[in-house]
Amino acid sequence: MKFSLTWLKDYLETTASVAEICDGLNAIGLEVEGVEDPAEKLAGFRIAHVLTAARHPDADKLQVLTVDTGDGNPLQVVCGAPNARAGMKGVLGLPGAVVPANGMVLRKSAIRGVESNGMMCSTRELELGDDHEGIIELPDDAPVGVSFADYHGADPVIEVAVTPNRPDCMGVYGIARDLAAKGLGTLKPIAMPAFTAAGTCPVEIRTDDPEGCPAFYGRVVKGVKNGPSPDWLQARLKSAGQRPISLLVDLTNYLMLGFGRPAHAYDLAKLSGAVVARRAKDGEEVLALNEKTYTLDAAMTVIADDNGVHDIAGIMGGEHSGVSEGTTDVLLEIAYFDPARIGATGRKLGLSSDARTRFERGVDPEFLDQGLDLLTGLIVDLAGGSPSEVVRAGSPPSAAKVITFDPGLTLRLGGVEVPEAEQKRILESLGFAVGADWHVTCPLRRHDIEGPADIVEEVVRIHGLDKVASVALPRVEGVARPTATPQQKVERGLRRAAAASGLNEAITWSFLPEWAAEHFVTGNEPPWVLANPISEDMKAMRPSLLPGLLMAAKRNADRGAASSRLFEIGRRYFRASDGLSDEKPTLGIVLAGEKTPRGWQSGKAKPFDAYDAKALALQLLEAAGAPVANLMVMGPDSSGPGAQFHPGQSATLRLGPKTVLARFGMVHPATLKTFDVDGPIAAVELFLDAIPAKKGAAFARPGFTPPALQAVTRDFAFLVPATLAAGDLVRAVQGADKAAITGVRVFDVFAGQGVPEGHKSIAVEVTLQPGETSFKDADLKAIAEKVVAAATKLGAELRG
Amino acid sequence: MTDIPSQTEAALAAISASATLDALEAQRLETLGKKGWVSLALKTLGGMSPEERTAAAPAIQSARAAIAEALDAKKAALEAAALEEQLARETIDLTLPAQAAPKGSVHPVSQVMDELAEIFADLGFAVATGPEIEDDWHNFTALNMDETHPARAMHDTFYFPDKTADGKDVLLRTHTSPVQIRSMLDQGAPIRIIAPGRVYRSDSDATHTPMFHQVEGLVIDKGIHLGHLKWTLETFFKAFFEREDITLRLRPSYFPFTEPSVEVDVGYSNEGGRRVVGGHGDAPGHAWMEIGGSGMVNARVLAFAGLDPAEWQGFAFGLGIDRIAMLKYGMNDLRAFFDGDPRWLAHYGFSPFDQPTLSAGVGAKA
Repeated sequence: MKFSLTWLKDYLETTASVAEICDGLNAIGLEVEGVEDPAEKLAGFRIAHVLTAARHPDADKLQVLTVDTGDGNPLQVVCGAPNARAGMKGVLGLPGAVVPANGMVLRKSAIRGVESNGMMCSTRELELGDDHEGIIELPDDAPVGVSFADYHGADPVIEVAVTPNRPDCMGVYGIARDLAAKGLGTLKPIAMPAFTAAGTCPVEIRTDDPEGCPAFYGRVVKGVKNGPSPDWLQARLKSAGQRPISLLVDLTNYLMLGFGRPAHAYDLAKLSGAVVARRAKDGEEVLALNEKTYTLDAAMTVIADDNGVHDIAGIMGGEHSGVSEGTTDVLLEIAYFDPARIGATGRKLGLSSDARTRFERGVDPEFLDQGLDLLTGLIVDLAGGSPSEVVRAGSPPSAAKVITFDPGLTLRLGGVEVPEAEQKRILESLGFAVGADWHVTCPLRRHDIEGPADIVEEVVRIHGLDKVASVALPRVEGVARPTATPQQKVERGLRRAAAASGLNEAITWSFLPEWAAEHFVTGNEPPWVLANPISEDMKAMRPSLLPGLLMAAKRNADRGAASSRLFEIGRRYFRASDGLSDEKPTLGIVLAGEKTPRGWQSGKAKPFDAYDAKALALQLLEAAGAPVANLMVMGPDSSGPGAQFHPGQSATLRLGPKTVLARFGMVHPATLKTFDVDGPIAAVELFLDAIPAKKGAAFARPGFTPPALQAVTRDFAFLVPATLAAGDLVRAVQGADKAAITGVRVFDVFAGQGVPEGHKSIAVEVTLQPGETSFKDADLKAIAEKVVAAATKLGAELRG
Repeated sequence: MTDIPSQTEAALAAISASATLDALEAQRLETLGKKGWVSLALKTLGGMSPEERTAAAPAIQSARAAIAEALDAKKAALEAAALEEQLARETIDLTLPAQAAPKGSVHPVSQVMDELAEIFADLGFAVATGPEIEDDWHNFTALNMDETHPARAMHDTFYFPDKTADGKDVLLRTHTSPVQIRSMLDQGAPIRIIAPGRVYRSDSDATHTPMFHQVEGLVIDKGIHLGHLKWTLETFFKAFFEREDITLRLRPSYFPFTEPSVEVDVGYSNEGGRRVVGGHGDAPGHAWMEIGGSGMVNARVLAFAGLDPAEWQGFAFGLGIDRIAMLKYGMNDLRAFFDGDPRWLAHYGFSPFDQPTLSAGVGAKA
């Protein structure tokens, strides 16, 4: 909402400066978004007297002027304006001044060989109007040498952000009222131009939709003369950013911007029969003033006559019956519409307007008659004509809210002590009536006031939030208690463990291009897409953290990065059976590019492999508190790791056959192709929601003393079928003597020369821990036999 | 038979002249070896009478001791020289680069969330979470924005085509405020929580991304008022920026879910093209910057969340995490937060060992 200082002062008697007014506006909740002071824009422009004008020696359309700027030192100026002539007074921009319209800095120059010491300006160049036919001509009594800004009456324009709960401040008068309450001046009563209304209104007015339009008041003014508005009116509208159109239109806009009260003027000649507020018929059309046609439905309120719809009620008038230059008789409409209906209609039509903004937030139900009289008076004053009596259909809401208020609440809720008398003064200056027993009657225009808390807000915002003192929250005794949940602790720990492993934490979008989500969904579940995505790239909720990280790895590779080691902790989004979401906490890792660069020690650059992914998966699962020793490497199968992975170089880590805690391995070449990124790329995904919570953990660890006797190791080399998983062999060996065997480690895997076709050799180092007494040869022999027997069950054969 | 002293002198000279361990060994055999003259001389003592032995023994014994000592000393010297020579051969060029371990980093948003948790834990706040895909009841209605509320339209909401089982609209939460409702419904009052997390609005330009991070704060108790809100925010910002000169300006505003509603500005100055938080916004060279919204929780919201407004009252606030992270750590481009560029992450990210603690100060200096 924009308005000039002059306009504000029409309603507010004040000596406050612009800065004081702005501070006051901010303090009471009318946030100042900007102040435009034309005096700054017009710095360097002065009133000048043209002494002589002569044809430019080298250009037909230019003249060489000598102009007096009041210091007795006439300047030579080259000018192209046809109306420049000796004896006139105009506006001269001196070297250094900036032309408001185009930002050009004026300087002393030569134009076609003739020196010019400034520029005589047009209205448009100074952004004071559209005229560019010639330079500004000032009256003969204009004081030569005076700053043009001072002469012109540069009027600062203030722009405030009015919050949606304050439609009463969507007019300058309402802002003036708030400022007066703050003590920044005195609110003037509204000046009502006198006029005489005669005769009943010749047009029948009805509301057939009392729900959507509870009140519809009207009046006809005959014999008006439309035309341009007077300067004062144009200046006010322009300061609000509104283009003057014609007197009749401008006056309705003046009522709206000055008093927050939209009204409408119809050209009576274009109407036929009764003018009625009613529901639109389904499919009914109207050509609105913005030259667009809208198709209406039965939930919308319209103003119509016998011929059809003339107005989308409270939102926009129709093109057909709008006033024009030739209009002589007008029907004025001032109505009260149901705010919710206006909002719903506006949203459905996708149509915004200044009127809608006010009606849907709620205009003042007490300002129908006064608003109509003010509009009528101004029309009669400026455009002439004879007004009829008012005709009223229906009535606006009139039940004032009465709130039983305890002035002590101001301290209890607002945290500031305000004397009761001052609370009363504040409320009354805002139009509230305060009864002796603190029953507070709210003005009808304050639709936002619902209860005592709103009254506290009114008192505190006018009294000053700066007077609210800080008060410490009560503290628990002693040291603050820990607050993090187990899940939060797991995520925090994992994040730092992942970063300590050399990974960079990324945050990627929760939404993906549909193709990327599609590639990572499991089963036949389609991606969950937004109804109104901001772009095709941000459309589907991610079913995995890997696509976002792969896309980041691709961007990095495209920028020439040698490697990306990225992780992210975030959610995957799935539909839940109740229609809401099932959001699963997840850690994703993508390892792309070089694991190690080529080096003088390490030789060629090495890519990441599936074991890098496995190592991270296990290490981080352990950091997350998962029972890593019990995990099984399983898959690929229907439980994972999924088609996005290399089928021979990926697996899942599971607790039992179905509980998948993680998937890891190399990304499938088809996935790399889909994401247009070079491989090999290794990836890991940890499903944090699947990790079982630790139960009953205490600070004290289980008791432990390192064994007194030294452990011994024995090596076994087995010939096994090539398809046997090393993990199976290790598990079998481990189980051969659970008491003695504390470790089994594969230290060699070999196939080729000396190993029969279809077989491989696996060598393991078995650690044996004696208990109370040392192993005797016979013990060791017995254990070795058990190890070999266990391996033999898997088709292994001890190598000689 | 030559006399022992001169023989000893000759042996010591030979030992001293030995250039190698082999030459030294030859000397040992010649003297202390089984057939060495010292050993032989010692053997002769056995055949002597006690008187003769008393006369001859000291000379032989002292010869043996002197030679043994000389052999040991020479051996140690030769070995040391050999080791030195070997080590000299093993010299490597240590200006060659060592294998570098990759350095990981924690994202600034996560770091700041940990800082928030640490500071607010000291004030007795727990961290609460809620779903990012919400229904319109939790995101709007329960926050006093019914279907016709104009503020709903201002939220640029992302919707899903779906409806919940009970017919509510499904959407991406536009703020962290629905966590207020869920927490109050779950835990009742009194309550002190912060709720950091991702939020979404259909808005994208130089300073807005369709996904960003907010933190919600909520205190419900008896006798909580605007003064407590002001203190809490001041205390938080002082701890967060580790500056005592943080100055807040509260301005009346409007949020449907609070009454009274307050916009929070913080004073800052421009230093070298960067906004530095601190000082009074009206002081020379300073200005105010909007940093969050807050207010006393609207009685209707309390009722929606199952609390009796006659018994309980409190405040709520919302801050942009990305924004306060930028102010503290000097990033200037929000879009880079979500790009996953390792160069940016390494520069603006944090060491895993920068875990915020109150004793070390929650912030991590560059």
